[in-house]
Amino acid sequence: MTTTENPAATDTRTITLRVNGREITRTVSTRTTLADFLRDDLDLVSVHLGCEHGVCGCCTVLLDGQSVRSCLMLAVQARGHEVETVESLSADQTDLHPIQEAFAEEHALQCGFCTPAMVLRCKEIIADGRTRTDEEVRREISGILCRCTGYQNIVNAVQNASRRCASTGQEA
Amino acid sequence: MKPPRFLYCDPDTLDAAVALKAQHGFDALMLAGGQSLMPMLNMRLASPGVLIDINGITDLQRVVRTDDVLEIGAGVRQSAIESDEQVHAAVPLLARAVPHIGHVENRHRGTVGGSIAHADGAAELPCIAVTLDAVIVVRGASGEREIPAKDFFQGFLSNACAPDELVVAVRFPVTPAAAGTGFVEVARREGDFALAAAAVQAELDEQSRISRIAVGLAGVAATPVRATAVEDRLTGAAADPDTVAAAAQLAADVVTTGDDLHATAAYRKHLATTVVMRAVLAAVADAEQRTQNGSAS
Amino acid sequence: MTATQDPARTTEEGPDRPAFTYIGKDRRRVEDPRLLVGRGGYIADMKLPGMLHAAILRSPVPHARIASIDVSAALEIPGVVAVFTGEDVKAHMDPCMNFGPATITQYPIAVDKVRYVGEAVAAVVAENRYIAEDGVDAIVVEYEELPVVSDPRAALEPDAPVLHEEHGSNLGYERTFEFGDITAALESADLVVEDELHWGRSAGMPMETTGAIARPGHNGVLEIYCNSLNFSYLQFLLAAALRIPSNKLKMQPVPAGGSFGSKFTAHKVPTLAGFLALRTGRPVCYLEDRLDHLMNSDHHGSDRYYKVRMGFTKDGLITGLDVDVVDDYGAYMQFGVGTHGNALSQAVGPYRFRDLRYRLRAAVTNKCQQGAYRGFGSEVHNWVLERLVEQGAAKLGIAPEEIRRRNFVLPEEFPYKIPGGNVYDSGNYPGVLEKALSMIDLEHWRKEKERLRREENRYIGIGIATTQERSVFSSTEFWFWFDEPPFPITSSPESATITIDPTGAFQLLLHCQAMWGNSPETVATTILAEEFGIEPESVNVSYADTSRALPGTGPGGSRFTVMVAGAVRGAARKLKKKLIDIAAHTLEVAPEDLELVAARVQVRGAPERSLGLPELAASAYFFALNLPPGMQSGLEESYTYDHPYTTLPSPDRSDLGVFYPIMGHACHIAVMEVDPDTGMTKFLDYVAVHDAGTVVNPKSLGGHVTGGAAQGLGSTLYEELAYDADGQFRSSTFLDYLVPTANEVPPFRIGHVETPSPYTEYGIKGGGEGGRMVTPSAVSAAIDDALREYGMHVRELPIKPADIVATVQAARAKG
Repeated sequence: MTTTENPAATDTRTITLRVNGREITRTVSTRTTLADFLRDDLDLVSVHLGCEHGVCGCCTVLLDGQSVRSCLMLAVQARGHEVETVESLSADQTDLHPIQEAFAEEHALQCGFCTPAMVLRCKEIIADGRTRTDEEVRREISGILCRCTGYQNIVNAVQNASRRCASTGQEA
Repeated sequence: MKPPRFLYCDPDTLDAAVALKAQHGFDALMLAGGQSLMPMLNMRLASPGVLIDINGITDLQRVVRTDDVLEIGAGVRQSAIESDEQVHAAVPLLARAVPHIGHVENRHRGTVGGSIAHADGAAELPCIAVTLDAVIVVRGASGEREIPAKDFFQGFLSNACAPDELVVAVRFPVTPAAAGTGFVEVARREGDFALAAAAVQAELDEQSRISRIAVGLAGVAATPVRATAVEDRLTGAAADPDTVAAAAQLAADVVTTGDDLHATAAYRKHLATTVVMRAVLAAVADAEQRTQNGSAS
Repeated sequence: MTATQDPARTTEEGPDRPAFTYIGKDRRRVEDPRLLVGRGGYIADMKLPGMLHAAILRSPVPHARIASIDVSAALEIPGVVAVFTGEDVKAHMDPCMNFGPATITQYPIAVDKVRYVGEAVAAVVAENRYIAEDGVDAIVVEYEELPVVSDPRAALEPDAPVLHEEHGSNLGYERTFEFGDITAALESADLVVEDELHWGRSAGMPMETTGAIARPGHNGVLEIYCNSLNFSYLQFLLAAALRIPSNKLKMQPVPAGGSFGSKFTAHKVPTLAGFLALRTGRPVCYLEDRLDHLMNSDHHGSDRYYKVRMGFTKDGLITGLDVDVVDDYGAYMQFGVGTHGNALSQAVGPYRFRDLRYRLRAAVTNKCQQGAYRGFGSEVHNWVLERLVEQGAAKLGIAPEEIRRRNFVLPEEFPYKIPGGNVYDSGNYPGVLEKALSMIDLEHWRKEKERLRREENRYIGIGIATTQERSVFSSTEFWFWFDEPPFPITSSPESATITIDPTGAFQLLLHCQAMWGNSPETVATTILAEEFGIEPESVNVSYADTSRALPGTGPGGSRFTVMVAGAVRGAARKLKKKLIDIAAHTLEVAPEDLELVAARVQVRGAPERSLGLPELAASAYFFALNLPPGMQSGLEESYTYDHPYTTLPSPDRSDLGVFYPIMGHACHIAVMEVDPDTGMTKFLDYVAVHDAGTVVNPKSLGGHVTGGAAQGLGSTLYEELAYDADGQFRSSTFLDYLVPTANEVPPFRIGHVETPSPYTEYGIKGGGEGGRMVTPSAVSAAIDDALREYGMHVRELPIKPADIVATVQAARAKG
């Protein structure tokens, strides 16, 4: 971290951060959003742009384990942090993570555009191992819009994933 | 919807932040949680020359409780407040209101100081600040000053900071152990800005009359407002539903927001009286329960 | 009432139909794995070498002449490559494709005039989207503002400002259809219910917007990658607009992140991208952002003002329906009045009255134009019908379920020709109602409603709705309105190509952009599996670009499952015949003695004598001398499946012909609580029973019903594309356009009934839109029921909390 007393304001910056477990160093324009950085610089196209004003949640990533809207962060703000996208669960279509399996089993996706966000949010929700009612799950996922499913199957998938990860003892 | 060009800096001390703000004045905007500012940048509704990112300033990220004050640093995340037992115990009204701020994802980044500084009359934290007579601590080139909440919010999205000042902390008076609190919000969808919200803190005497009451409203004016006429009517009054309902009618008089896409002025007035009544009754019930349980803080 | 012409019937009806192995099972979707790992292949994920990005300057005023555009500052910005305006479009393009009046034309960038807030005025092409938007900010436009027309009824006044000088007025279209004798029907009625209703505009609003990448390719071919669902056989209209030969435009399907109608023939985005690519000679990417899409999707939903009357006998029998509707189409009419064809396809709902008048006036106003939204205008008509039936029931003191029973077309009456000419193929409306009633304890809820009002001052309402959900549109509905249509299209086919490769593995080629979340690959491979006895997951599905595509209409009007099933089955029949012929020749038996079971061709009664697909494929590709004489090498068959039952309208239009006969039906029952002091609503229970004929994948159909019902809920309570009286667009962000979250959408309890269609393969009917086509009616009825004592009567959507409270307060004031 810089210790300059009065750091100059710049329009580019070199940043180092961890993305999906790998350390990355890049030089970016300071106005590039974290979402665009992940999509365009790192080809993590699972991060989707649905609204770019922080309502739809399709750009959700985990920042130090917490769901955040990556369209509302600048890439430079992620320096020194840990970012996870859905590729960190599994990028292998033949070997899906239990959460991804749960979503497939429960038909919790149709067009797939909100799905990476919902899967990451699910990971965060079930991490505490607590049992939740369907209503509680609905409230927890209400920050991400889905236009296809009407949400019930996503709720079912979160419950399914919670049971899977609890029974296998697998860390979400 | 991409941000316009700006110069970015991220001081890691408060002094450096203040110096930068002094240097650039209103041409610089403070970037805290970004949940209000980034949408404006992405939609190009704001074009600052300089963005000062304060997320790295650890001095702004503390919650400190002294005997009668809970001081929350401007950089403290809303989600941290939500789960902080100290906050629940010291300022329960704050704990009631925070879950209504947007969604979890917003609260993971959004800060207390950012919400206060943004000064949206429909937002929850400014309402709580005004209801509880909180004090906003700001710092500029000439030092620190304290601004009572009622003077801090000056108009629609406009606060009392000078061009060189930034919000560094909010000081809430610690709630008396026997006081009851209630918070009722009506919004089109949960997490949306309030069409009307009422925040109430009330204390009862031995005859269960209201000895002290604060009633604040969000969503009904350009700034959060206190329904002082309601407070005056209810101070010393019995806390029965009819008395409360009658007093709540006075809340309509502080509603100045006109018709918009989501509400008519008439609807807001009725909402204001409804949420005030319900929040007062909730606060009274809460106070009664605390008295029954014995007031432990 | 019987059909005037009996089309060929399939064998899948009645209890004797065969049990299926794959059809009808809840199978995992084949589309899911790639979507779950974030490799959905959406248009925004494509990066072509040298690709530039476009951003659009949009009009901030609703109606104005463009006096001047100064792009010089934009061109100075490093990274800006070019800027184009309406002048460039006028010089190099012809108007966009158009099924509306020829005197109402449109271009992807406004030419001379802007006609709504958000209309494109200039396009900046730059190295990236950030710089392109910097370019947009630097353009200076002078507008000479013109008077605004925002209300469609005012637009039809004689002195209203005119949007399209060439057209001469704001009346895009007017026609009255009368079937039977409405005057007599209403005169003979014991009760006539009259109402004025407004269905406000909302939109599909998928999470992914529309986007296209255009690239000048080899041999003068322009390639356009696009997530819009364009008819493969109408893409020549895009080529015509771009002034290139039809065979030099190649459109490549790209999967979409949702559509719900908003990507149905979304031609402007690919046309614009194509134009920019041609002018710059570079690949150009144009992706709508959310602001672009909200104000300029070209797919706003229906926006209708109704004056309606419905007659009833004292026993609740409907005698007739009189409709006078003004539809606000916005500034252009790209699909003509097809959304009213949709209304006429089920004009009488599930009810058996015979007298109907339908007067339509289509108005143009200073708003974004209408396009398609799940239901395409029939969901609005459903709401109108049910609003009237509800009032009839209330006024006559007949229970809402009972009045419907008395009016239903009965199972023995199908195929049933309705006033107007369309045919309902099959149905069991009483059965669907009974199923819904069996899933919810109405007795209990009716008692609870009374009790909660009495004891706790809470307001509960129960709403029932029974509506049609037509499927598989026929193109005649776009033009039967005109006595002399310029282009009386009657085709709406779908195609499929099945290839078995030399190892016996399957390739399935679909001939349209089919994938927007609707599980086309799962459906198509399930049909293939049923035909050949292979596992659906083993099939590789791909999509043909237009240079290779057979005729394909793509998804729309809940047609795709039915039509792709027909196409796949048709190709499968041909391919099975070839396989059997090869096997017959090899095994030296007669073809009639062979059958294909579980991926093997075997002798009937002696299954040990069989050949597997790999062996047969090897013969087909490698051992030509072992094939029957005259047989071609290879194993590939295509089939183009035309609409199974369409007829022409009569020249005098007294009979509109059969145009939407594959008719599903649904019943929803909603139990809601309404807070009279906040106007907030909550669901206590909700049942939705749908009959979409034979169901291919129940879980998938359930997903559509749920998602559709959620959108219906949105249109009813939350979503509004609002313009004020000055034509300013008010719903410009997701903070104002309120898409329901998981908090607002209740758990819908879904039930299925299956009444197969006699006209489709496997008896399938379309079910993709149905959820949205019923919910508004059920929710409106429940809210009315909850606050009946205050005279609550929903007559405008969306229902706003402010309106609920205003009704209650007014009633209380009266005492």
